Amino acid sequence: MTSPSHATHRTTPQSLVEQGLAASVADDCVVIVRDTTSANLRWANNTLTTNGVAHGVQVSVVSFVRGADGVGTGTVSSTATTQAQVTELVRAADAAARSADPAEDAAELVRDRVSPDWEESPVTTDVHTYSAFAPALGEAFGRARAEARVLYGFISHEVATTYLGSTTGLRLRHVQPTGHYGCTGKDAALTQSAWVGGATRDVSDVDALAMDAAVAERLAWGARGRHDLPAGRYDTILPPSSVADLLVSTYWAAGARVAHEGQSVFSGRGGGTRIGEQVASSGVHLYSDPAHPGLECAPFVAAASSSNETSVFDNGLGLARTDWIRDGRLEALAQTRHSAGLTDQPVTPYVDNLVLDVDGGAGRLDDLVAGTERGLLLTCLWYIREVDPQSLLLTGLTRDGVYLVEDGEVRGLVNNFRFNESPVDLLQRFSAASATVPSFSREWGDDYFSRTATPALRVPDFNMSSVSQAL
Amino acid sequence: MSGPRLDPTFQALPHRRLGEVALARAAELGVSHADFRFERVRYQDLTARDGVLQAADDSVDVGFAVRVVHRGAWGFASGVLLTDDEARRVAEQAVALAEVAATMTSTPVELAPEPTYDDVTWISDHEIDPIEVPTAEKAEVLVGWTRRLREHPGVEHAASFLAAVRENKYYADLHGTRTTQQRVRLQPGFEAMGSRGDLFDSMASLAPPVGRGWEYVVGSPAVAWDFDAEVAEVPGLLAEKLAAPSVEAGRYDLVVHPSNLWLTIHESIGHATELDRALGYEANYAGTSFATYDQLGSLRYGSPVMHVTGDRTTPHGLATVGYDDEGVAAQSWDIVSEGVLVGYQLDRSMAAMKPELSGPDHPQGRSNGCAYADSPGHVPIQRMANVSLQPAPDGPSTEELISRVERGIYVVGDRSWSIDMQRFNFQFTGQRFHRIVDGELAGQVRDVAYQATTTDYWGSLEAVGGPQTYVVGGAFNCGKAQPGQVASVSHGCPTSLFRDVRILNTTEEAGH
Repeated sequence: MTSPSHATHRTTPQSLVEQGLAASVADDCVVIVRDTTSANLRWANNTLTTNGVAHGVQVSVVSFVRGADGVGTGTVSSTATTQAQVTELVRAADAAARSADPAEDAAELVRDRVSPDWEESPVTTDVHTYSAFAPALGEAFGRARAEARVLYGFISHEVATTYLGSTTGLRLRHVQPTGHYGCTGKDAALTQSAWVGGATRDVSDVDALAMDAAVAERLAWGARGRHDLPAGRYDTILPPSSVADLLVSTYWAAGARVAHEGQSVFSGRGGGTRIGEQVASSGVHLYSDPAHPGLECAPFVAAASSSNETSVFDNGLGLARTDWIRDGRLEALAQTRHSAGLTDQPVTPYVDNLVLDVDGGAGRLDDLVAGTERGLLLTCLWYIREVDPQSLLLTGLTRDGVYLVEDGEVRGLVNNFRFNESPVDLLQRFSAASATVPSFSREWGDDYFSRTATPALRVPDFNMSSVSQAL
Repeated sequence: MSGPRLDPTFQALPHRRLGEVALARAAELGVSHADFRFERVRYQDLTARDGVLQAADDSVDVGFAVRVVHRGAWGFASGVLLTDDEARRVAEQAVALAEVAATMTSTPVELAPEPTYDDVTWISDHEIDPIEVPTAEKAEVLVGWTRRLREHPGVEHAASFLAAVRENKYYADLHGTRTTQQRVRLQPGFEAMGSRGDLFDSMASLAPPVGRGWEYVVGSPAVAWDFDAEVAEVPGLLAEKLAAPSVEAGRYDLVVHPSNLWLTIHESIGHATELDRALGYEANYAGTSFATYDQLGSLRYGSPVMHVTGDRTTPHGLATVGYDDEGVAAQSWDIVSEGVLVGYQLDRSMAAMKPELSGPDHPQGRSNGCAYADSPGHVPIQRMANVSLQPAPDGPSTEELISRVERGIYVVGDRSWSIDMQRFNFQFTGQRFHRIVDGELAGQVRDVAYQATTTDYWGSLEAVGGPQTYVVGGAFNCGKAQPGQVASVSHGCPTSLFRDVRILNTTEEAGH
């Protein structure tokens, strides 16, 4: 008897796609196979705590059945590694589509696009990606221990290879490496905390000793003295990571349909959207581009589900650079073909990266510090939540390092704060910007959105609503 | 449809054989501990908007994981190919990872002992498996809610949703424990949106997610949420909110309904009393806790009327299990007693670090059963039990609590939430806020957020309501850990009275 393992090892993602498409008896079918491998290390209290390597294969089948009133769709997804499992999924998706009501977002399916690398195997990662990082991390633990620091952190590398096929001739493949790291350091008495972190496509470029050194430098800033400041409005320097935190929240609020229906900060007074309005200062550009160097992401839509911002009918639709804000003017909101019809706007689906450029933005974070007479330098923001969708008022907190800047120099550590601010408002009133650099949202980068490039911004009158005692 | 019985299609999967293969291979490689977990989790998510079903998505997550302790370090690996060869390979991979980890592990891993459970089965209490209910039947309910809401002229748009989960899990370890479990959970809800002039706002259902089946939507009044009454009531409440005056910022007494208070409990007590956080093991991500271990038995968490329990046995609780993901039997215990911190939530490694927490009967410590992994691809971590504020046995009604307030606000429903990395400073909003004037409700106000420090807030707790005010709320997707995991958890609480709490006007906060 042939062993099951032998049979399954011959199964490729492409064969799972073809098997699914062949098995479907619906009018049309889309099959998306996502092969993912990951490896991670986690540490705390100067010791490794948990770790893991994982492999997953997720297959999504979307079936389309035409009826007298329109097109019904059905989506079923599952871990699947055999042709028999895929056939079972297709049967379920076909049945769901047959019994579904007509879809409101129905449109012609995209046809006949083939990736030149369609036939290639999935790209993978494993624990060997840490062959240089792991021993260096052990060395960093020893150095931190000797210098009375405590390190806590995480590093992750994942590679996802997506295969999208359809009965209309789509055969699209995309490889997405996603890596990131973050390290929090505390003094031995746990009286102050500092953080560094970043995104990477290949963790071999992450230096554990340099990471520890950066944490040590920030803790040294804090050791210059502690300044307890009250709640209030401060000239505040937001590093690129904090700007990324706020803009990711803004991007997620940029759905066209909800704006058109009057429920977001991008809703027009009196109806419609604010597309065409000046929503930020002149010189502000917010855009996404699948080909942006260092932030490369999928150049086509791969949607297993429909929502206000995605449509299964848009699968395979090409993605290109999309200007959301150009020279301060709102150019576009996230659209499906369906919502584009509702809003009478071009089709501009979400793209999995985000870049903020400011005309004239120059220099680095250090240069903004050097140009500040008196203000706060943040390290990162945390627990950011929407309070009011109409103004996109967000609340959240500073954490792991707020520093007092006087006469262009860091003078010491400041207590943490809760803030209440709207990022759309901040884009209208910031007073200085650095050059745009690759960044990493502390709050959203880990699990949701790590591909960002942003400048540091200095914002006058940043609203620190109350003091947080957290250290 | 099926009642509470173990799904035979799960039993037909090769989990037992793969478990024996993986554990045997780990033992051959000389590990000091190994456990094997096989999961199949079925999800269904439905959304409707303005009388149209927007999406009905079914998904299944199937796979297995091997976790070992080897040379004092953890090693974890997971896979999805359900073959003997793959089970052996994943076990070897876990051991290899532990070899790498051992060079960076300065505190050897120890696990608190737990009795062996020889092939036991536990199934959560439910009547109708929501996954088995035809999708069209569920869709009809969701679409119907949005249609009925939009019949009201003040409702411009309406959305509804349903998340249903059936989780099957098999656990085996080298010590001989074998557990098989099945849980179902459900989160239905809706939201109505409207506008008035330049203002827009929304009002959502207060229905909490539950560890129940489809009977929660269509069952008898004893088990079902009264969605029909709520669908009828919400448009009027929304219209009143849109016409309400903006709140004057300041300090007010608050009467907080359980539909809002459960979330404050979750953030300021539930997460703050996870021992892994208190000991620094979440410091880089979710944060630590002000409730540090040295304050056990002395920290004045709140007023003397505050009694909080951790419980993995709560009927229909979202964190209710028979055994956790380390083979530990479900338990209940005190976390805050008469306002003082007296307990933490533990997994087996945390319990071994602080054995004195478990009392003289367990000199090596005993976990209180709080290990959980949300998928076969993730390592079990310490997750929250059902953490609940207990009512006063002869306590007052909500109306009696309101009658004690001269100038205050009655807070109903949850919306926005945020708390700092040590769980001191929080800010919450809600679905609706009713002014209290001279002991009586006096119409809604809008633009309200309440902000406080955890111990100040709980210290201002003057009274908890009686059992007649007690409601079990909860969260379906609580996030924690790196890589990120989600977990479901319930929080029961009575209506409660807090004195002199800071209220912000959110419109003023947005100005500059």
